Amino acid sequence: MTQSFKGPTPSRRQFLSGAAAAGAGAVAASASGAATPDPKITELQPWATGFGEGVDATPYGMPIEFEDHVIRRNVEWLTADTISSINFTPIHALDGTITPQGCAFERHHSGAIELRKEDYRLMINGLVDRPLVFSYWDLERLPREQHVYFCECAANSGMEWAGAQLNGAQFTHGMIHNMEYTGVPLRTLLQEAGLEAAGDLEDKWIYVEGHDASSNGRSIPMSKAMDDVLVAFKANGEALRKEHGYPVRLVVPGWEGNMWVKWLRRVEVTDAAVESREETSKYTDVLEDGTARKWTWEMDAKSVITSPSPQAPIQHGPGPLVITGLAWSGHGAITRVDVSKDGGKTWETARLAQPGDPKAVARFYLDTTWEGEELLLQSRAIDETGYVQPTKAQLREVRGLNSIYHNNAIQTWHVKTNGEAENVEVS
Amino acid sequence: MSKSLKLYGGSALGVAVVLTAAYNFADRNVTAYPERAALAGPDPMLAERAPEPEPSGGLIAAANAEASGAGAVYGLGREALPQEIAAWDVDIMPDGSGLPEGSGSVRDGEMLFSQNCAVCHGEFAEGVGNWPPLAGGDGTLADEDPVKTIGSYWPYLSTVWDYVHRSMPYGAAQTLSDDEVYAITAYILYSNFLVESDFVLSDENFTEVEMPNADGFIVDDRPETEYVKWRTEPCMENCKDEVEITMRATILDVTPEDEAEAETTEQAAAEPVEAAAPADEGGDGMQIDMALAEEGEGVFRQCKACHMVGEGAQNRVGPQLNDLIGRPMGGIDGFRYSASMEEMGEEGMVWNEETLAEFLVKPRDYVEGTTMSFNGLRSDEDVAAVIEFLKTHQSD
Ligand code: HEC
Ligand code: HEC
Repeated sequence: MTQSFKGPTPSRRQFLSGAAAAGAGAVAASASGAATPDPKITELQPWATGFGEGVDATPYGMPIEFEDHVIRRNVEWLTADTISSINFTPIHALDGTITPQGCAFERHHSGAIELRKEDYRLMINGLVDRPLVFSYWDLERLPREQHVYFCECAANSGMEWAGAQLNGAQFTHGMIHNMEYTGVPLRTLLQEAGLEAAGDLEDKWIYVEGHDASSNGRSIPMSKAMDDVLVAFKANGEALRKEHGYPVRLVVPGWEGNMWVKWLRRVEVTDAAVESREETSKYTDVLEDGTARKWTWEMDAKSVITSPSPQAPIQHGPGPLVITGLAWSGHGAITRVDVSKDGGKTWETARLAQPGDPKAVARFYLDTTWEGEELLLQSRAIDETGYVQPTKAQLREVRGLNSIYHNNAIQTWHVKTNGEAENVEVS
Repeated sequence: MSKSLKLYGGSALGVAVVLTAAYNFADRNVTAYPERAALAGPDPMLAERAPEPEPSGGLIAAANAEASGAGAVYGLGREALPQEIAAWDVDIMPDGSGLPEGSGSVRDGEMLFSQNCAVCHGEFAEGVGNWPPLAGGDGTLADEDPVKTIGSYWPYLSTVWDYVHRSMPYGAAQTLSDDEVYAITAYILYSNFLVESDFVLSDENFTEVEMPNADGFIVDDRPETEYVKWRTEPCMENCKDEVEITMRATILDVTPEDEAEAETTEQAAAEPVEAAAPADEGGDGMQIDMALAEEGEGVFRQCKACHMVGEGAQNRVGPQLNDLIGRPMGGIDGFRYSASMEEMGEEGMVWNEETLAEFLVKPRDYVEGTTMSFNGLRSDEDVAAVIEFLKTHQSD
């Protein structure tokens, strides 16, 4: 359990050799023509004559066993234990934009609790006309909305501030997921409690906390609370997973993941920020001179190429190559993604699979040809405000090296002639 | 923006009857200015994508208006009782509001800290291993590796009281009394050289304490320092003369290991019961109720913050718990036990189902002065289950 970071990185090598063996047939068949008939075609295969599994074999299905490497992974040395810790979405192995709940990253401060709907309560109190307690089923009776939003931990890519550290898109950029939420606008609940007591809402705040032992309290300005914050109970059509706050979590579109309080238990209307531990000691960004930025809630535009990448090397030899990745912005929709193959000297505009949605992940493709040459792959996101994802050098010039949070710099993968890729930094 | 406020303000005068009026207004407003659809009341058909997150005066104005006019719209939820609010609303504001009456001294805090916190945070709050330090780091914020602690970084003392009170000790949150929290907070100040050893902290002198980094924070200035620079048309060609690789991740080599290995460890972690089961069969005839043991595996999550069990288990905050049944108390060489645990072991006491059961219900009663800051399991069933689970990790 503790020894796993020593030695060279056989991961890539082993993965490659294993994968290469599996892919070899395909490459041979497609590229060089078949010398002998393929027995997979000419011989009767068991699945073509006998039965597969009947319905009900798995009342709730898991991915087929051949996909069992597509899992969340953690980086043990980051935290003292797994109770207050984080793991990473296998973005290198996914496509499309929606993250399946089962492999969407987790971040807990006191572990993922099991909270039944029967035991669930949501209190609205503070500067309201009538402090209220809602049951889970009360929430289901209020008008609902649906939206797709990304949730990105402010510390995503935080280990990369000082230099290239982790070798894989999962580890450098996997503290993100993107789901379709169903829930009730927080505004509705606040209005139900009445905001007359709050007076002018312009300078008011809410403070939100969870049922778990950490409670993870955060302050949010009232303007955001009345805008697009959701009290969500479904994700991707089904109940939230335990690890994402079942039965109810807060969705704070475009803003850092720590504010998306899970197991939401209380919303208090206040006249100032509480300045909780999670918004002072943590989630504040130290600048070069030692002062720190606070209230850096928005997640700026960012992108990463998920394939090819260190965990998803090119396995097919020269010829057609699909370069793909993800882009997102807390300020609105992604309007454009550019890709560079030479470390940022020249750029070409990639194709968005679908027009970007505000505060949601967009998928981009660059359909290209690879001649087996070395590549320095980069992607650069542009959002509807015209913001262009910066380079690491640009970020460091403003912030120095110690911000930890909100690293949205352009990522570089060095693809070698054998198709392997490595996380690098370039001049 | 203020225009719509006035509009609403006017309609809100007749408070009693405005409910429907306010919504009519909202509707009209929406039809006229579709881009403001989100200001509408709770009609979900009208709620649209929110505009830019710039604090929108329009939203607030509408909300102000509705707040002043509309009462409960759906009549859902019930009134929260004062006792319920008191139980949950425990946050402390920077100006000290929310603090309960009480006090605690550095001296009491030192003892309490040693008992409840030091296993993870160190006797002097300096931190142990990967657990966070709470003291030190003075003047390091502009260094290459800033050490951010309560003393060097935290702007408000209220945050310390609030966080210790609600979230610590880790694994037994919300078990400290108010006076204990005052005492521990005082001790943390002392260990940061911010107060003298005879200091007593109370709700009365709380706001007099000055935190060294109180002025160390600025409000997010990215719009001025970054957005203005980076909202420009980017370069597409000949953007630089030369590109060189300046750093490689594989040099550092801190990436978790390969897939196969990751899977085996994960499976081992996920199914320790099954994995260990065969070993018990030829053992000393210890009967194991596997269903109960599986339940116990769930209970053991409460212990995992501090204890490891199973193959390769090592001492962490607490000793590893393999082969526990029959093991002398305080019996793992090289682990730093409390004096009382060690003494009990020297007296020949061993762990068996009975001693474990007593210990796990109330650790501090059974081993007075134990450094295991865990309040005890709540039900006998949990105790039985976790013991059953631990029995699956006997090797003989
Ligand atoms: C079993 C180990 C453990 C024990 C015992 C423990 N803590 Fe902690 N403490 C932690 C962990 C882990 C964190 C970080 C939690 C997180 O980030 O979610 C933490 C965080 C803190 C922090 C915030 C540190 C920061 O820089 O933000 C304070 C303050 C704190 N603990 C105080 C205490 C006090 C006081 C006690 C005793 C009453 C205590 N802790 C007991 C493990 C422990
Ligand atoms: C907050 C950390 C923490 C938690 C949580 C915790 N322990 Fe402990 N445990 C310790 C420490 C520290 C010791 C050493 C105590 C001493 O020396 O007095 C210990 C000692 C023990 C011992 C005695 C071992 C020996 O070698 O004599 C047992 C048994 C034990 N713990 C079981 C449990 C079980 C079971 C749980 C969960 C239900 C649990 N502990 C939860 C920290 C913890």
